[in-house]
Amino acid sequence: MSPRVRLIALIALFGCLSNPIWSRQISFERILGANKEPENWLTYSGTTFSQRHSLLSQITAANVKNLELQWIYQARSLEKFEATPLVVDGIMYTVQAPNDVVALDAATGRVFWTYSYHPEHGRPCCGRVNRGLAILGDTLFMGTLDAHLIAIDAKDGHLLWHTTVAKARAAYVITHAPLVIKDKVLVGVAGGEFGIRGFIAAYDSRTGREVWRFSTVPGPGDPGHETWSGNSWERGGAPIWMTGSYDPDLNLTYWGTGNPSPDWNSDARPGDNLYTDSVIALDADTGKLRWHYQFTPHDDFDFDAVQVPVLADIEWQGRKRKVILWANRNGFFYVFDRTTGQFLLGKPFVKVTWASGFDERGKPLRVEGQTPSLDGTLVYPGNPGGTSWYSPSYSPRTGLFYIPTWVDSASIFVKLPGEYHEGRDYSGGTTRSSVPFNWSPAPNFRKEEEGYGAVRALDPQTGERKWEFKMTDVTEAGILTTASDLLFSGGREGYFYALDARSGALLWKTSLGAAVISGPMTYSVGGKQYVAVNAGNCLFTFALRE
Amino acid sequence: MRVVRACLLLLATALVYRTSLAQLQTSVLSETENGRQLFLANCTVCHGPDGDSVYGVDLGRGKFKTASSDDDLIQILNVGVPGTSMPAFSKEFSRIEMRAIVAYLRYMKSTSSATFASGNAIQGQFIFEGKGECLNCHRVRDKGSRVGPNLTEIGSVRRTVELQGSLLDPDAAVLPSSRFIRIVTQDGITIIGRLLNQDTFTVQLIDSKERLQSFKKANLKEYGFIDKSLMPSYRDKLNNQQLADVVSYLASLKGIDGQ
Repeated sequence: MSPRVRLIALIALFGCLSNPIWSRQISFERILGANKEPENWLTYSGTTFSQRHSLLSQITAANVKNLELQWIYQARSLEKFEATPLVVDGIMYTVQAPNDVVALDAATGRVFWTYSYHPEHGRPCCGRVNRGLAILGDTLFMGTLDAHLIAIDAKDGHLLWHTTVAKARAAYVITHAPLVIKDKVLVGVAGGEFGIRGFIAAYDSRTGREVWRFSTVPGPGDPGHETWSGNSWERGGAPIWMTGSYDPDLNLTYWGTGNPSPDWNSDARPGDNLYTDSVIALDADTGKLRWHYQFTPHDDFDFDAVQVPVLADIEWQGRKRKVILWANRNGFFYVFDRTTGQFLLGKPFVKVTWASGFDERGKPLRVEGQTPSLDGTLVYPGNPGGTSWYSPSYSPRTGLFYIPTWVDSASIFVKLPGEYHEGRDYSGGTTRSSVPFNWSPAPNFRKEEEGYGAVRALDPQTGERKWEFKMTDVTEAGILTTASDLLFSGGREGYFYALDARSGALLWKTSLGAAVISGPMTYSVGGKQYVAVNAGNCLFTFALRE
Repeated sequence: MRVVRACLLLLATALVYRTSLAQLQTSVLSETENGRQLFLANCTVCHGPDGDSVYGVDLGRGKFKTASSDDDLIQILNVGVPGTSMPAFSKEFSRIEMRAIVAYLRYMKSTSSATFASGNAIQGQFIFEGKGECLNCHRVRDKGSRVGPNLTEIGSVRRTVELQGSLLDPDAAVLPSSRFIRIVTQDGITIIGRLLNQDTFTVQLIDSKERLQSFKKANLKEYGFIDKSLMPSYRDKLNNQQLADVVSYLASLKGIDGQ
C-alpha cells in the first residue's frame, strides 16, 4: 500500500470513528423543536415563537457575579453590529456588516471561514447593517444590502445560489435575518424612507426560486387597496425589516410592517394605508392573508410596527389562548388572539399623546392636533418610539413580558413638501428632539424628565408594569431571559448586565465600551453555558469562571 | 537590475514547483503571490485567469499589443489604454502593487508550458463525476465532498496550466488554502483534515466527515502538516484526451450565476 493510499484509508477510518452528532443537519423539525436543544440557537430569536427565552440554566442569580469574558470577535467593519448569531453544535455563524458571513468556533471564537458578499448598491436609511442569518440543512441564508437573497454552504462557506429579491437602485434593501418555514425561506424588504412598495416573499430553499409573494401595499383589485388614494400605493412603503414568527399548529407566519411613505407628510395618501404599521398573519404555504391588525392607521409619525412578534400559549384572563404579545413603537402594548386576530388588550407602556385609547374594534382614537406641522408638533412617544426593533423577551416562567423602552421620549414632528424620485429620500419632513440623544462615549447631559432608557417588565394579563430597570441613556439593546430567571440586556451607554427577571434587581454588570445595539443570546458547548452580545464592532462572549 | 530581477523570477519559477512549503515565504515569491492576488481580483474579469480572453493579447505568454518592458507595463497600468476598455489603475494600485502584477505576468510566461489540446468540457464533467471519482474529495456547487478544496470557482482563480499541473503532479504545488494536517489527541485519536485556520494556541480544520472542528493545541499529542497532496496523480489513470477534457471542465467552472 502506497503512503498516499494509506493516508486516504486513514481518513476514511477515522471518519468512521467520529461522533455522529457533529454531522447532524438542521432539519425543520429541529428548528421547530429548538427548545429541546437549548445548547443551540437556531433562529434569529431562538425559536419560531421568538420569545428570546433560553432553557439553559447553568448561569444563575447566585453565580452570575462569576461571569468572565471568554473571547471577543472584532468585526472588520465600523458599521453598527446588529446581528444575533446562530449556534449549531458548537459552530457560531454571524454577519459582520454589511454582508460578510463568518463561521466561528463557539468555544474559542476562532474563525473557520469567512464568506464576503459585496453588495453592488444599497441605500438603507439607517446604517449598512445586517441582523443575521437563517439555517436549514447545511445551508445558511442571508438577505443582502442590494436586496438579494443568497444561500451559503454552512460547512465550507461557498455560495450555493443567489437570487434578486428587489431592485436595489430603487432603495430596496434587506437587513433582517430570513425565517425558514418548512422548505421555504421568507424575507421582506426595507426602504420605507425611500418610497418602496413593500412585500414579503418565500423562496425555495434548494433553488432560490420565488414560491409566493405578499404585497404589504395592496394593488388595484386587492382588498385594502381602497385605503389608498390615487397612485400613492405605488410608493406606499410598508417595509419589512425585522424577522417574523411562526406557529406550526396554525401554519401561520406573523410579520410586522413598517411606516407608510412619505413618513411625515401624509397629504398625498388619505386613508388608513393598509397594511402599513400592521401585524399580518399569512398562510405559510401560500402567503395568503388570514388576518391583520393595523396599529397606527394613517401613520404620520414613522411608527414602524416591525417589532418581532412574540408568540405565547398562556392562560389569559381565565382562558387558554394562543396569543401574540406586542410592544409597539407607537407606545402601546397589545395582546392578540393569534388564531383569529382578535384584539384582546391595548394599553400604553410609555407616555402617549397621539391617541387617547381605542374604539370597540380596537382602532386607536387619534387626538386632534397631534400630527406633524410646518412649525413642528410635539408628540409622545417621539420618532424613535416607545420601543423599536430591539428584541423583547417573554419568560414562560415569570409570565412577564420584557421591553427595551424609551421612557418619556418625545419628538417635534415637522412636515415638509417632497416629491418622489426613485431611490431618493421620500420622508416628507423631519423630526427634532429638545435634547439630542447622544452616543457613548459622548457626554450625557439629559435630565430624567427629558427621556431615559429602561427595561420594563409588563404583566400580559393587564398591561401593568411590574418593575423597571432605569438607565440614564436610551437603549437599542434586545433582551434575553433564561430558565434560571435571569435577564440580560444592555444599552447605549455600553453596559451589559444581568437582572433578576422577577424583580429587576441588578445582579451583574460590565462595561463593553460601546453601545449594545443587538440582542443577547446564549448557548452551550461541552456543557458550558455562554452568553454572547455585540457592542460597538465586537462580539463578546461570557461564561462562568472555571 | 532588470537582469537581476529576471534571474530572481526564474529562480521563483523553479521554486514554486520544486521547493518545500516553507520556502514559499521568500520575498520574491511574496511579490509574485501578491501580484497573483491583485491579478485575480482586478484583471481576470476581462483577461481571464490565463490572460488570453482579450483579442490580440495573451498576458500569460508575454504577448502584449504595445508593451515590451516592465516599465511599459507599469505605464499601461498607470494610464490605461485610451480608446479601449483597459482603464487606468493609478488610483487603485500603488507602485509596489503594479510591480507585483508585472512580476506575476512574467511568472505566468515563465510557467506557461505546453498545455493539452483543447478538451470537451461536457465530457470532462462526465469523467470528473465518474471514472475520475473527483467528487469523492471535491465539491462543485452542491455536489461532492467538502473534504478537499471546493472547485465551484476554480476556473476563475487557476490557470489552465496550473489545473493541468495539479492533475499530473499534485505534489508539485499545493495551495496554502489546500493544506492538510494530521493531529493526534491526548487519548490517541488521529484526525486528518484540511486546515482552515490556526494560531499559537488552537487549530481549526474540516475533517473527513465534513465536520468543522477546533482543537486546543495544548490538548494534542501531535499535530503537523501533511506535506504531500492527498490527491492522486491522474498521469496514468487518464489518457491525454481525457485529461484535456477534465481541464476544460475545470476551466469552465466560474462560480454561481444569479437569478
